[in-house]
Amino acid sequence: MIEVEIDGKKFQVEPGKMIIEVADQIDSGIGEIPRFCYHKKLSIAANCRMCLVDVEKSGKPLPACATPVTDGMIVRTRSQKAREAQKAVMEFLLINHPLDCPICDQGGECELQDVAMGYGQDISRYNEGKRSVKDKNLGSLVATEMTRCIHCTRCVRFGDEIAGMQELGTIGRGESTEIGTCVERSLVSELSGNIIDLCPVGALTSKPFRFSARAWEMEQAPSIAPHDCVGSNLNLHTLRQKVMRVVPRENESINETWLSDRDRFSYEALSSDERLLQPMIKENDEWLVTDWPTALTLVAEKLGKIAQEQGANKIGALLSPSSTIEEIYLSQKMLRKLGSNNIDHRLQQIDFSAQDSMPFYPGLPMSLEDIETQNTLFLVGSHINHEQPIAGYRVRKAALLGCSVFVLNPADYTFRFPVQDKCIVKPSAMPNVLAEVIKVLLEKGIEEPVAGLRELVNAVQPSEFAHTLAAALLTEGKKTIILGAIAQNHSHAGHIKQLADALAKMTHGHVAFLTAGANSAGAWIAGGIPHRGANKKNLTHPGMNTQQMLEARLSAYLLLNVEPGLDCANPLLANQAMSTAEFVVSISPYFCHKVASYSDVLLPSVPFSETAGTFVNAEGKWQSFKGAVQPQGEARPAWKIIRVLANLLELPEFDYQSCDEVYGELMQKVAENKADSHFSLSIPSYLPQTIVGIERLTEWPIYRADSLVRRAPSLQETVINDSPVARMSLDLANRLQLSADCHVIVKQGEGEAILPVELSDTIPDNTVYIPAGFGLTAELAAPFGAISIERSDS
Amino acid sequence: MMNKLKHFFKKFLLWEILVGLKLTGRYMFKRKVTILFPEEKTPLSPRFRGLHALRRYPNGEERCIACKLCEAVCPALAITIDAEPREDGSRRTTRYEIDLFKCIFCGFCEESCPVDSIVETHLSHYHFENRGENIMTKPVLLAIGDKYESEIAKARETDAPFR
Repeated sequence: MIEVEIDGKKFQVEPGKMIIEVADQIDSGIGEIPRFCYHKKLSIAANCRMCLVDVEKSGKPLPACATPVTDGMIVRTRSQKAREAQKAVMEFLLINHPLDCPICDQGGECELQDVAMGYGQDISRYNEGKRSVKDKNLGSLVATEMTRCIHCTRCVRFGDEIAGMQELGTIGRGESTEIGTCVERSLVSELSGNIIDLCPVGALTSKPFRFSARAWEMEQAPSIAPHDCVGSNLNLHTLRQKVMRVVPRENESINETWLSDRDRFSYEALSSDERLLQPMIKENDEWLVTDWPTALTLVAEKLGKIAQEQGANKIGALLSPSSTIEEIYLSQKMLRKLGSNNIDHRLQQIDFSAQDSMPFYPGLPMSLEDIETQNTLFLVGSHINHEQPIAGYRVRKAALLGCSVFVLNPADYTFRFPVQDKCIVKPSAMPNVLAEVIKVLLEKGIEEPVAGLRELVNAVQPSEFAHTLAAALLTEGKKTIILGAIAQNHSHAGHIKQLADALAKMTHGHVAFLTAGANSAGAWIAGGIPHRGANKKNLTHPGMNTQQMLEARLSAYLLLNVEPGLDCANPLLANQAMSTAEFVVSISPYFCHKVASYSDVLLPSVPFSETAGTFVNAEGKWQSFKGAVQPQGEARPAWKIIRVLANLLELPEFDYQSCDEVYGELMQKVAENKADSHFSLSIPSYLPQTIVGIERLTEWPIYRADSLVRRAPSLQETVINDSPVARMSLDLANRLQLSADCHVIVKQGEGEAILPVELSDTIPDNTVYIPAGFGLTAELAAPFGAISIERSDS
Repeated sequence: MMNKLKHFFKKFLLWEILVGLKLTGRYMFKRKVTILFPEEKTPLSPRFRGLHALRRYPNGEERCIACKLCEAVCPALAITIDAEPREDGSRRTTRYEIDLFKCIFCGFCEESCPVDSIVETHLSHYHFENRGENIMTKPVLLAIGDKYESEIAKARETDAPFR
């Protein structure tokens, strides 16, 4: 520790830090040093010169952001010399800055405006023409007004250092410096919205929010991001009971100061025209608006009757993995009290063979911050930058700190971090690659953790990748195998999980799951799974999982914010099962025509902004939030709907008055019961065969992942949002005599869809990527497996 | 004794009345200040704060840029504004409402306006016949502005040297 004196007060500070960092950490006594280019999360550029301070024994004022503290240093941030320097810099900055604050969206929250109040002058002494810069089109999320730019280069450094792709840069010198993309194109980073927050002036502002409200008139309500298992902290800004925008809330252990575009811009869907605002019942194929008592009584009567006449196991519930833990807990409690264990939130999965050996909840066996300290990371079936953008950023930080990242994927995704080695194979060959790595390890003399593993992997031929990865996994240090969405949704997800477990065991590493939805971990904890209740134990008579429920053609389905055709792994089967069911209740904030076509009752629930609730993120952190605005129309929080429904079904112990009571009861249950944490390692009995012909690869594209993002128009317009296509390699297209401008008929079992062809060198041979989450691709069956393709002449 | 005598004469000579009539007489010959309202009106200051109006530029473009400063400064919270980008990309209001029941005619809105769009005119004679008419909507405010633009402009011009 060294001693520095700032504004007449002495402080003990760590050496090596910059003056501005030290000054920011000190709570009181000194004024804030003005700054534009300095940002605590970005590298130091020292190009705005606003933070000039007076340092004793230095002839000239020094920039506080780029001057390290030294022992005995005497700094004056508000001496005459410092003030004069700061005012002079301010005058220079204002020379070219337009005086259009009244029409600028940054007005009221502008750093330049604030600093100009303290350091600017009333009038300008500059009478020459001001600089004007042509606007850039950066896509549907970020609006530009480049004349306002003061060249702080925060956006440039953000792209370079945080997002991992240099999208913006400076062109030209001196007064003709411009920030831009060089060749006009849209931003493709999934974190691009952060440059809106970073921009100290109104040069980069939010396009969806443009001109709609002012910073001073909105109320701020803390909330949690409802899209991925990271659980980013955010603030909802509301005006007159409407969410106007979303900004990140700083939480160093989760999202730092960042927010993914999906979390930031999905608020548009909260006031979508498709919001369901009144309970509706279907009579003679016509939708009638009704009141709550009528609708709920009807549902209770029907469910009661089906339970009585056909047995409660003819009733099943599908829950969105982004439902709050209270909603999931009450749903499973209601269903289990009715006598049915048929409840599931794992909509995108098809293979549940390893579900009994799953941990208490699938997630990270460490904190998000700990990802950065890993020495080896092995991503299996993960498009992490699109699935959990903030987790992707953490992996990037790890990689920059020297972590070797290995990737096993069925498509060559572009990652925002350097990858040590990658193995791109057909989806069906993925388990085999894991077996190859295990074989190399066994050959190297590592003991087999379970008997029979050696025989299982005996036949495989290890590739070069397997050798490299095995060598890396055997080095000292922390290592984690991350199973992404593709690994979990895979048709042999059980095999992948078991082999990853064995691999982790052999190399003293961990297996981590990055799950779909905001609350998958919460759903496991609260019992939103067929084989465990909220008491952590495997049930002796497990209920049906999603796939079984759809195959079994149950009599009644309860949908909690689920659009089966878009959310389920097997949309064809899902739609068929719903259509043939006797009674379908949909509790959803939105009116979806497809869902309405087979539902009997539509109950309007509310999105996360209008209800209290809790999400559990991948690291097991319970994060509660309160509603920021009143429920719209007649819509009500889903936990209330389920509570009243349970009352009408005359089920006991459903007398909750508030969401907190549900939370308390669940918390108590979780604390009381001990989890079966030590599962014996099991291995699959066989290795799946690689499919010889053409097979399908499916992903839920970043902006098709749930009902909320699908209704956010600005996100839908982005470049990285996928469209329903059949994407394949050039080789395959040539063999099938297809070109980029033609359409193909894709056949999968009974399913058939006509899709445009897209050529891409990221897809392995004999594999066709077809995204889920689109109406067009909802005509197809399972996300993986053999398909046939032929040219469509129409 | 003298006082009693004084009082006696004052009483009989109606002295008090004469003193009163003296005041009346003086006013009879003074310049008249009473005006015959509504035929006649008192002169108005160019700073008079009456009914609100939204002004336009001479080319017909509305002045208001939806900066929302008037909404922010209004002490009575009488102004409500919704804004969004217009088709040409410019910042415009989609709703500009003043609740005249709330308005206290302080003139802060006019003071805060960076483009002299919202003004308080010299109009003080208006009435409402139906519930809801107290909410002055954007078209109404613009119509008032259009109708009285010459007077509004003249009043601003007269006042300009003193600002």
